[in-house]
Amino acid sequence: MTDIATMPQPVSFGRRIKRFMADRPLIPLIILLIILVVILQILRPGIVNERWLANTAKFAIPLAILAGCQTMTMLTGGIDLSVGTVATMSAFIMATQIVNQDPAVAFLLAMLPAVLIGLVNGIGVGVFRVHPLIMTLGTSLIGTGFLQVYQRTVIASGAKIPDFLNWLGTGVTYGFPNALLLFVPVAVLIVFMLNRTGFGRLLYAVGDNERAARLSGVRYWQVIVALYVLSSLLAGITGLLYIGLIKAPSLSLAEPLVLPSVAAAVIGGTSIFGGRGGYTGTIIGALILTVLTTLLTILQMPEGGRRILFGFIVLFVTAAYLRIVEDR
Amino acid sequence: MTTDPSPQSPLLDAIGVAKNYGAVAALRNASLSVLPGEVHALMGANGAGKSTLVKILTGAIKADAGRILIHGQQLDVRSPAAARRAGLVPVYQEPALIPDLDVLSNLRLTGTPVEPFRAWVRELGIPDLDIRETARHIPLAILRVLDLARALAVEPDVLLLDEMTAALPANLAEKVLEVVRRQGDAGRSVIFISHRFVEISALCDRATVLRDGSTVGVVDIEPGIEERIVEMMLGTRIEKTRVTARAANDVAVAGGGRPRLSVRNLQLGTKLNDVSFDLANGEVAGVFALEGQGQDELFAALAGSIRPTGGTIDVDGAPAKFSHPSDAIQAGIAYVPGDRAEALAMQRSVRENIALPFSAALRKWGPIRMRREQVVVSSAIARLQIDTRAQGEVQRLSGGNQQKVTIARWIAANARTILCFDPTRGIDVGTKQEIYKLLRELAGQGKSVLFYTSEMEEVQRVCDRVIVIFGGRVVDTFPVEEADEAALMRAAYGLPRGAKADVGILAEVKPGSSAEAAP
Repeated sequence: MTDIATMPQPVSFGRRIKRFMADRPLIPLIILLIILVVILQILRPGIVNERWLANTAKFAIPLAILAGCQTMTMLTGGIDLSVGTVATMSAFIMATQIVNQDPAVAFLLAMLPAVLIGLVNGIGVGVFRVHPLIMTLGTSLIGTGFLQVYQRTVIASGAKIPDFLNWLGTGVTYGFPNALLLFVPVAVLIVFMLNRTGFGRLLYAVGDNERAARLSGVRYWQVIVALYVLSSLLAGITGLLYIGLIKAPSLSLAEPLVLPSVAAAVIGGTSIFGGRGGYTGTIIGALILTVLTTLLTILQMPEGGRRILFGFIVLFVTAAYLRIVEDR
Repeated sequence: MTTDPSPQSPLLDAIGVAKNYGAVAALRNASLSVLPGEVHALMGANGAGKSTLVKILTGAIKADAGRILIHGQQLDVRSPAAARRAGLVPVYQEPALIPDLDVLSNLRLTGTPVEPFRAWVRELGIPDLDIRETARHIPLAILRVLDLARALAVEPDVLLLDEMTAALPANLAEKVLEVVRRQGDAGRSVIFISHRFVEISALCDRATVLRDGSTVGVVDIEPGIEERIVEMMLGTRIEKTRVTARAANDVAVAGGGRPRLSVRNLQLGTKLNDVSFDLANGEVAGVFALEGQGQDELFAALAGSIRPTGGTIDVDGAPAKFSHPSDAIQAGIAYVPGDRAEALAMQRSVRENIALPFSAALRKWGPIRMRREQVVVSSAIARLQIDTRAQGEVQRLSGGNQQKVTIARWIAANARTILCFDPTRGIDVGTKQEIYKLLRELAGQGKSVLFYTSEMEEVQRVCDRVIVIFGGRVVDTFPVEEADEAALMRAAYGLPRGAKADVGILAEVKPGSSAEAAP
């Protein structure tokens, strides 16, 4: 009898699950990812094989890196909509400059606009306090304009995809896509930076309470300028990887990835209001979006219907996820 | 000009007004009776219930008990608009014009007649107002005068002025006082809230004094009344507290060496005027002031949050210029704001919040030495006895524990000077005691603490010395042994020290009907 009396208060099963998930926000995301893969396998038995996995990873990686840019900027309460343009610019410049230039020079030329746009974004947001949405949208449009001018006036010879980027973007070694050679170090670096470096701490602190950060001696503009330059550099590198995957330089190469990269970060649990989130969730978010795209593709729906469904699913997943994770 | 002594029926009569916020009684039993044609002062120390009573009278909040009569009729003042209709118009401390509209549109918004408004503006000493000017571009002092003119233009029966002259330069203040005085002569009433005895004695006929949410007295303003008003505001508390002698090792090492901080002639717009004082190593210096006397600006300037417009700050004898809080932190000066939400990243952990200053400088952006950080943070947590059961997110901690985190941050950073701005506001008694003890210990280690408090009791518990600020100036500095509550209160109201009898302010001004403010 006394045993019963001393037993802990019974907590309902649902409540316990909720508590568990709130403490480990990655678990529901992983479950969702597995469910999507299972549905895919049921709809198309046999589709989930080694080749499919490698292929999915190849397409998820550029998205995941751009979503890394969004995660970092969103932690400070910002956003970087210029990543698409920056990636496109570096890819386009690389593909056209490699024809006549040394690869190293071409690489530097390709990264130049990334640094410039990042710097302008950082100064605009950090010093002049332009809203990041407007600032990065503005520089994105300006960058696209410059790229058009560049296309018409500068390039005389055609474009080509360097072999190395080809290998990196599409190659598969022992069943693993070569792109992982780039992605794994980048991902480890971002996760380490966010959790174990002073700069990472400041991103969270600035996003959570800018005033408190200021009173602790943090100079806001320094953090923001460094952040947007870093974000742009990552976007530039993603562009090089992406051109190796897509193999057709165009003026809107990476544009379609911009909004999915925001969605991946949000699905991954990063708050657009700043101060909360992390990169591991974002990676899973990017995988979820990629698998979802495959799923909708094999449904053989018209393009319009696919988009509508895609939008609804993203909204639903995000809302449901926040419900589960925010244990208040 | 004094009012007819024969009994008149009051224009406004509030009886037994009470208001509770949860378990806290903001007003217990407040009464206020205003006769026609009188200027009536409403007085009370911080937290006595003045602002609650004003909000109830003007319909901003609803009383739990009590009656309000206007012209002898009971009135249910449900909203600010209802209060206006009943003839009661307030002018608050914060400017009330909508910043993005021009003055004319602002007038239309409240249905204020334009011509009388213009006449009053001229009367109040602003001859060349452009009525098309956007309110945002008008200086604060002028805006306050416009607020007053807007209230006067609707010819209210009772005008309620809250610290009307606070932000005004002398010439405008003089005009305002003159106009207010004449309101009384015209048979209208004014409720005048002010911390300045000089104005009250020059202007008011009677005063109602609040203490702890109750009306404790209504007095006629006559020479020598200040002392009685101060006594009423303090109540029986004068006898209650005695300065406790501290253990010898607790007392600051007197003199010796140059001061840690040396502030000279500090100036900040109209908020701070010629503020000078020293802060020694190993001392807790108290700053005592009524609300809004410039203490916020003083602390912000010392913390590097705002730049003073004049004067110097010397740190360890060398001149310092702070353009950002990081400059002050570099000099070992840390600021603990009174509002915890201002200092903490609420969604982050206790550890990250305490360690935040470590990462602030550009050269500290690299990898964190986690082991070492853990040691430093743990020792700060242990020192302040922070309850870390909910350390994952600071927002889950209790208020007292949150406040401890804001202080622990600077213990961990080993700041040599801590500027504590009302650190015990809204926290439990046990934590308060711990914070007092901690501040004394810091002083014992040779650190220096500047400690603003709005509770007089804390001055005696914690400080070696107290600096009293009134109207943006240091009006007095005395050792804690002399800082009993009566002395503090007198000083905080700008009354000269030790003067028990008639201090001369009233005698000087009262005979003439003009409201010339003494310096």
